[in-house]
Order: sequence, then C-alpha cells, then structure tokens
Amino acid sequence: MSVLKFSEDHEWVAVEGDIATVGISEYAQSQLGDIVFVELPEVGKQLAQGDEAAVVESVKAASEVYTPVSGEVTEVNTELEDNAALVNESPMIKGWFFKMRLSDPKELEGLMDESAYEAYVEGLD
Amino acid sequence: MSAKQTLMGHRGLDREEKLIFEMGAEGRSGVDLPATELNEDCLGAAGRRGRIGLPGLSEPQVVRHFVRLSRKNYAIDNGFYPLGSCTMKHNPRLNEKLARLPGLGDLHPLQPQSTVQGALELIDVLAHWLKTITGMPAVAMSPAAGAHGELCGVMAIRAAHEAAGETRSTILVPESAHGTNPATAAMCGFKVVAIPATDQGLVDLSAFEALLNDDVAGMMLTNPNTCGLFEPDIKRMADMLHEAGGYFYCDGANLNAILGRTRPGDLGVDAMHINLHKTFSTPHGGGGPGSGPVVFSEALAPFAPVPWVVCEGEGVYRLIEHVNGEADKSFGRLKSFHGQMGMFIRALAYMMSHGADGLRQVAEDAVLNANYILANLKDVMSQAFPGTCMHEALFTDEFLKGTGVTTLDIAKALIDEGIHPMTVYFPLVVHGAMLIEPTETETREELDEFIAIMRHLVERAKAGDEQMFHDAPELTPRRRLDETAAARKPVLTYAELEAAQ
Repeated sequence: MSVLKFSEDHEWVAVEGDIATVGISEYAQSQLGDIVFVELPEVGKQLAQGDEAAVVESVKAASEVYTPVSGEVTEVNTELEDNAALVNESPMIKGWFFKMRLSDPKELEGLMDESAYEAYVEGLD
Repeated sequence: MSAKQTLMGHRGLDREEKLIFEMGAEGRSGVDLPATELNEDCLGAAGRRGRIGLPGLSEPQVVRHFVRLSRKNYAIDNGFYPLGSCTMKHNPRLNEKLARLPGLGDLHPLQPQSTVQGALELIDVLAHWLKTITGMPAVAMSPAAGAHGELCGVMAIRAAHEAAGETRSTILVPESAHGTNPATAAMCGFKVVAIPATDQGLVDLSAFEALLNDDVAGMMLTNPNTCGLFEPDIKRMADMLHEAGGYFYCDGANLNAILGRTRPGDLGVDAMHINLHKTFSTPHGGGGPGSGPVVFSEALAPFAPVPWVVCEGEGVYRLIEHVNGEADKSFGRLKSFHGQMGMFIRALAYMMSHGADGLRQVAEDAVLNANYILANLKDVMSQAFPGTCMHEALFTDEFLKGTGVTTLDIAKALIDEGIHPMTVYFPLVVHGAMLIEPTETETREELDEFIAIMRHLVERAKAGDEQMFHDAPELTPRRRLDETAAARKPVLTYAELEAAQ
C-alpha cells in the first residue's frame, strides 16, 4: 500500500514498503518559477528528517529541499541533471528527486496528507 | 517600435552590431610595426602552430565598434538606476580629474617605496577616514570588492579562533542576507545556519538567542538590512554573540544609509567591508573595478591581511608586506600589490570634497529620497513592512494579485518607459520583491518622473492591460530574452572554434 504525505516546506514523500520517494509539490514548483538546475544528494548518504537534501535553482532564486523523513538515499533521479524542467512539468511523477530507505516510518505520522496540505497551501495565498 | 524592416537590420542611426570577431579581414591592422629582427625559430617546437583567431581591424572599425556598443549600454551616466542594495549613485567628475593627475595615474606598484611616498600617504589618509567614519581601529585596504571583503573578514574570524585554539564550525546568517554572505561562510569551511526573520522584516531575536552556542564562530549581518530596515536590536545581538565567544561580521553594503549618523564600531561590529564603489561614488557595475576595504575591531585587527601602511614620522610612510615581525599574526595576503589605488584616489576625493558634514548629509538625503518614493507609491503598491524605510523602499507583489502581471513583467515594462529596473525577487523573504534604492544624487524631478511611471504601470496592470506587460520590452534592440533557456542550455561561444595549439 502506498502512502503520500506532504511537509510544511512543500516536499512530498510517497512510500511503498520501506522505500520513500521524495519530490517538491505542485505549489512549490509554481512558486519557484522555471527551474534551471537541481543538485541531488549522493546515493548512500544518511539523512535525518529536516536535513538539507537537495538544491533547486530557478530563474528567481536557489532554494534548499529538505528531506521530510530520515533514511539512506538509495537512488536519485539523474534525468533531472539534464532536464531540470521535469520538475516544472511533472513535479509529482517524472520530477521526483530521490528515493530513500526509511529508517523511522513513524515520522510519516507527523506529516500532512493530501487534503490537509491543500488546506495548508490555501491558507498561504 | 516600428515593424519596418531595413536591409541590414540597422534602425535609424542605431546600428545592428556584429561581434568584433565576426568583423574585419585577415591581415588588416590598425598599427604598423617594424619587421622583427628576432630569429623566428627561437621557440622551436614550442612555437604556435594554429591561428589564435584575433580579428583584423582598422583603427576606425575598432573605435566605431566600441562607441556603438557604449551607446547600447545603460549606465548611471544615462539616467536613473534604482537598483536596490547597489547604491548606484553619480560618480563625480572631480574624482576622475584627480585620478588622472600624472603623479597618481602614472604610478606603478613595483616602484620603490621612497618614490611613492605621496601615494602611501593617500592610502593612509583614506584609511584614517574609513576608521573614523566607522569607529573602528584598523582597516585592510587590499580587498577588491564586497564579496572579497567578506572573505577577508571571515578569514580573519577563522584565524582569530584558530589562534585561540578554538574549533568553531558554524556561522549564523539571517534569512534576508545577501547571497554572498552564506557563500563566503561556506567557502571558509563553515556551516551556515539561517536566523529566521520576524514578520516585521527584522532578525528574530529569540530565535537568534536560541541558536547561540559554543560552536558559533560568528554572525554575518547587514545593517540596515536588505529589507531597508535598521536592525534595532543590533547592539544586543552583538553583545550576546560576544558573550558566546563569536565575532560579528557586518556587511557594509548599505553603509550609505547611516554614514555620519551611526558608527558600526559602536554597534559591536568586529569586521565590516566598505564598498567604495557604492558609498564613496567610485565607478560601479561594468565600469569598476570595485574596492572593498575591511575595517576591524581591536580583537580582529592583529589577523588582518598584509599589506598595510604605517606612518613612521612626519611624511615618512612604509608598507608592511610580510607575515612576520609586527604582522606575525596576519592571516596572509589576499591580493597582489596594495589594493585598488585608482579607487582609493576617487573615494578620498569624494570624502574630502564632501567633508564630514557633507557625508552626513549624503545619508540623510539618501534616506529622504527613499522615503519620498515609498510615501508616493504605497497607496497603489504594497509596502513590504510598515513604517518608514532607510535608504531603500521595498514592495511585495501583493498589489499585482489577480492581474496576471508579475514582478518580472513590471521590471521589463520599466525598460520600455526608459528606467533601469529596480532589484527584483530579492530579498527572498519578500514575495515578488521590488527593492528600490534611489540614492541621494537624484533630483526631485527625477524621483517624480519615476513615481509617475510606476503609478502609470500599476494603473495599466490593474486595468487588465496584461498583454502590454507580457510583450515588454518592445522598444529595446532585443525583445524579452528567454532567461530560462539561457540558464538551462547556455551557449557560451559564438562559434565552434578549434582549440589553439
């Protein structure tokens, strides 16, 4: 069964078994504007919840992407290195950033589900 | 702009310009050199085998090329340049006159010190003014510009901790900082920790306090900050930081706002760079070079980089150039030679022609001008933070909500209206930020014209004239550039060239 959660920093995390896929939300990509560069973590890196995991650079600014859950990075989306625009075009599917092996699945409970996140974003505008 | 096509693409007397490498003819030259008497084979196998691709041009071709390019350029000498946090003020011609005096303009940095005593005195007098203005006991004159000054300051902080046998690994930087601040700290090997801002655009004092510990090497803060606001708790923060064993680096980019009114030394600052090309009117932006002397507190002064000038009695000056003797704690040398001498001359000319009272009025007028703009635009635009500002007025894009027009569109439309855009999307803590710094050198008429143009654009945006904004700029030699494609797929050469052999 897969679980989709969101952080207050506008990352999403989709979990299948003990593997979590992380990216940034539709709202985040629309606020950043055209994304021109993505710096991804190294495979094998241990990240704790809230750590800086990646950097996205848009025509407006460079921003950090924080990992919403703790674990070890198992795979990164190398396609983003040549085609950062995928984050704008398909933030939730083709524009994923990295996958990690969850070390503490309980952390997911502290994150928002899709409807709670939508309400949260609504409140920001 | 008229859609009329011309044969060569020239428009009126505004000519379409080729790259210099696309012009000229093989063998053409603007100079006539005598035949060489050197043995052509003296380089042997190390001699060049390929062409180096220099264009063959006559003197008038070169002169016209650069004159035409200069006409396409926009500069402070053309008009209003309200780029926030950049202090694009007029560069007085008196500065230029003095910098061209033969005794100064013809100096060489390798001349024996006995032959350049006047130049060394000039550096020493400028250093005295900078120390007096900031209330700081020491200054390193050599840093080349602002970010280089930051590097200088943070290296001194690192050297001071190392000398004390301490290993501290973090530097605190507010969220609204200039991007160069965290970059400098990271370059010096420190971990950067962001201090959150309050909804008033100021550093969150309690968050700052919570971040202080014995791993904090220092803090980098701009005052007035990049929101154009004076940090009222700055002295308390400096005291708390010192208590925790850290040093306070102040980014002096916004010194123009407090010149003659506030001395950074009294605020607990340990190091601060001074952008001579901002505050002290030396050329800025393309025309430079910049110059970024760094003033130091008593605690950091011993670690300042060489060289520095000492006065050894009436009219006798000496350069300290090596890390030994009286400079044995110096962290070393940042730059060959002694700093940007041409800028030192211009900055000192500016200071001495203004005098202490004049410099104080610079800050007063800069703040007055910014508040004049703020007061005349805040009813139609959205002011980022309530109250008055310092030397720059900051707006959010809130007033554009629902118009389909963005901050970027406003910037592009300003170009069509004959104004260089303000700083946009910075500081990052403000949504769709527009940061306007008029400086003290603009007249009331110039400010009124800018205000009228801004009010006109806001009116057009609110009236639903979205297309006009998306099409802008229409009156420039080139239409809106595709900034996204330029960043994603940069083309960095004009043609595929064979590598030189």
